[in-house]
Amino acid sequence: MLNEIRARIKQGYRTAPFPSKEMKLPERYLGVPIIEKKKCGESDCRNCVKSCPLSCISKTDKGITIDLGICIFCGDCARACPSGGITFSRHYAMSVNNRADLKLSGKTLKLAKALEDKSKAIFGHSLKLREVSAGGCNACEADTNVLNTLAWDLGRFGIQFVASPRHADGLFITGAVPQNMLLALKKTYDAIPEPKLVIVAGACAISGGIFKDHPEVNNGADNILPVDLYIPGCPPHPATILDGLLRLLGRIEL
Amino acid sequence: MNISPYISVFNGETVKLENVPVLDFEEFRETLLSLNGKNGRLSSLFGMPVEYNMTRIFAIIAKDRLGNLCILSTEVGDSYKSLTPDCPQAHWFEREIAEQWGIVPEGHPWLKPIRFHKPYSEDRDAWKRKEDEEILPCVTDYYKVDGEEIHEVAVGPVHAGIIEPGHFRFQCHGETVFNLEISLGYQHRGIERKLVGAPDGKTIHYMETAAGDTSIGHATAYCEALESLAKCNVPLRAQAIRGILLELERLANHAGDLGALAGDVAYLPTSSFCGRIRGDYLNITALICGNRFGRNVIRPGGVMFDIDNEMKAEILKRLDAAFKDTENAVDLLWDNPSVQGRFEECGKLSRELCTKIGTVGPAARACGVEQDVRFDLPSGIFRFAQISVSTYHTGDVFSRAFVRMMEIRNSVKFIREQLANLPEGKIMEPCGKASADSLTVTLAEGWRGEICHTAITDSKGHFEHYKIVDPSFHNWFALANVLKNEQIYNFPLCNKSFNLSYCGHDL
Repeated sequence: MLNEIRARIKQGYRTAPFPSKEMKLPERYLGVPIIEKKKCGESDCRNCVKSCPLSCISKTDKGITIDLGICIFCGDCARACPSGGITFSRHYAMSVNNRADLKLSGKTLKLAKALEDKSKAIFGHSLKLREVSAGGCNACEADTNVLNTLAWDLGRFGIQFVASPRHADGLFITGAVPQNMLLALKKTYDAIPEPKLVIVAGACAISGGIFKDHPEVNNGADNILPVDLYIPGCPPHPATILDGLLRLLGRIEL
Repeated sequence: MNISPYISVFNGETVKLENVPVLDFEEFRETLLSLNGKNGRLSSLFGMPVEYNMTRIFAIIAKDRLGNLCILSTEVGDSYKSLTPDCPQAHWFEREIAEQWGIVPEGHPWLKPIRFHKPYSEDRDAWKRKEDEEILPCVTDYYKVDGEEIHEVAVGPVHAGIIEPGHFRFQCHGETVFNLEISLGYQHRGIERKLVGAPDGKTIHYMETAAGDTSIGHATAYCEALESLAKCNVPLRAQAIRGILLELERLANHAGDLGALAGDVAYLPTSSFCGRIRGDYLNITALICGNRFGRNVIRPGGVMFDIDNEMKAEILKRLDAAFKDTENAVDLLWDNPSVQGRFEECGKLSRELCTKIGTVGPAARACGVEQDVRFDLPSGIFRFAQISVSTYHTGDVFSRAFVRMMEIRNSVKFIREQLANLPEGKIMEPCGKASADSLTVTLAEGWRGEICHTAITDSKGHFEHYKIVDPSFHNWFALANVLKNEQIYNFPLCNKSFNLSYCGHDL
């Protein structure tokens, strides 16, 4: 017992003051991209479009659009752009309510809004989620799991990942949803009592990501279930995930 | 003149495909068995379609003591005499070949699909399923025990925690497990099929997500394969940075798993400390490349990010702090009798069985088997800076935990040494086109064990075939075996002591 107490004193208090203090992510972290129309030079330059391994950038007369629902934040486009038209910020807040809001063509995203009053009254102070990994590579899973550690201490927000779908208020999905997981995912969704939320985390769960259009997968969960929150990234940083969850509950605004 | 029935190569050496002997099946079988018997391990065994509706089977055998790999091949049609009865290491590979190419290994003791997808060969199916027949995941025969008070427990695909899906079928008598059968395939995303005709822009991303917690391991094995095929000399500085990243990946996962093991025996101090410490290691990786899992840093020809002096100091500072916390947290485990009571003698794998079924990585080293790619078949920076092999002999959960802690110490030592002596120079050398009609095998010691990639190019230098073997592919069967006669409540603990990858297996 004394050993444990000594260790506890040595290890100290390590919970991050989230969200009260802005998190400082590493300098090389790639957050929300910034598209600057003025800097995007010649109209026939398509370097960014060509550089994207997932073809998630398009360019029209109106400018460049990046689909953050597919983007894996590899940074190839920013490196390919000769005039600094695309750069990556260190902003980790990027969760949205609608799939269309992930199509970024300017400097800012339309971030997720809180649930309407009735849902917020039900879920606002206690949100139990059932996680289903359906084709996730264990990166999204690991950085979701990390929210349960004392570094993030998810429980203090009243959010908890639970074992049984019957005890859950919503489904938290990672992965591109392989054909082999489709039935299990649907059954888990059906087992959650109404009213229920669906949250998709990571490029795979939103659109299939890297695995988009493989015959073995369903291009994520968006076509299968009604989604309330989209958390982009590959994988999303834990701060991105937690920020998204808290926005949905109205605990972070702006 | 005596022509050798196999070709010997070093890790990452490219050979012309025409120099890989094609033996008749009997000679292939005998050669494989004799190589396998003499301290050889089956690292990879796979089929590649060739003309006339035939399939060319390649076998890669690692000779750890000699530090080389033996490659041999044969061509088969609809069926061949199974290797498994004489070489149990082949059993999972033969099931894979049967599922992909519809070839029946006759005499295989337990021929079932492993990923549950339609065969890649158009007109052959190993189980004579009709073309329009739906293939449901894990709907198959299971080993069954009958008798009074025998019951069956089925777990998964959806598990209680935030983990990947798989199906576990236990045959129990009371609390005692007589048999566990593990059936996977839920995570099958079709990566290998998309690698035919590569490399292209997406290839490296497939590698980084083959098993997302082993992004650096798989990306390194892939890049080394491509660099060997393209005769690209990777700058030494880049090799050192790759080594540092690979060890950081090991540190994060080992520390996290030691915490999770503590959690599984309800010992909360180490569980909470290590959960956080794992993040500290991941954040060092993020400091170097921006991503906690080491995405977008290892690329053919080198690495994308350099480490300057300021960053070096910051890494060392954070590494020292994280390591001090790790030792402090993990020491609690060894000192606590109730933890040791659960760890010791739990989930025992004998050294004999371990070698027989071809277990790799820390799980093998925890059975006293001295086997580590970084030492036996080194590539990259590990040719110049070797890491000592950490072994312990008891083969139980304690041993697997203890080996991981020893590896943490060695990895920290390695990173410190590398940072102190970081070679000068570039971090990237343009990687040209892969040579045509060639084959290369690369091995890397990921945190779970041996990662084996085999690339075969066509006449244009594109991949005609690309085979990924994640360490989990070897080790799932070891996990199933340690549950024999174990108490069912010990399953989570045993499972965590291996912590295998579902997607790395399913690909």
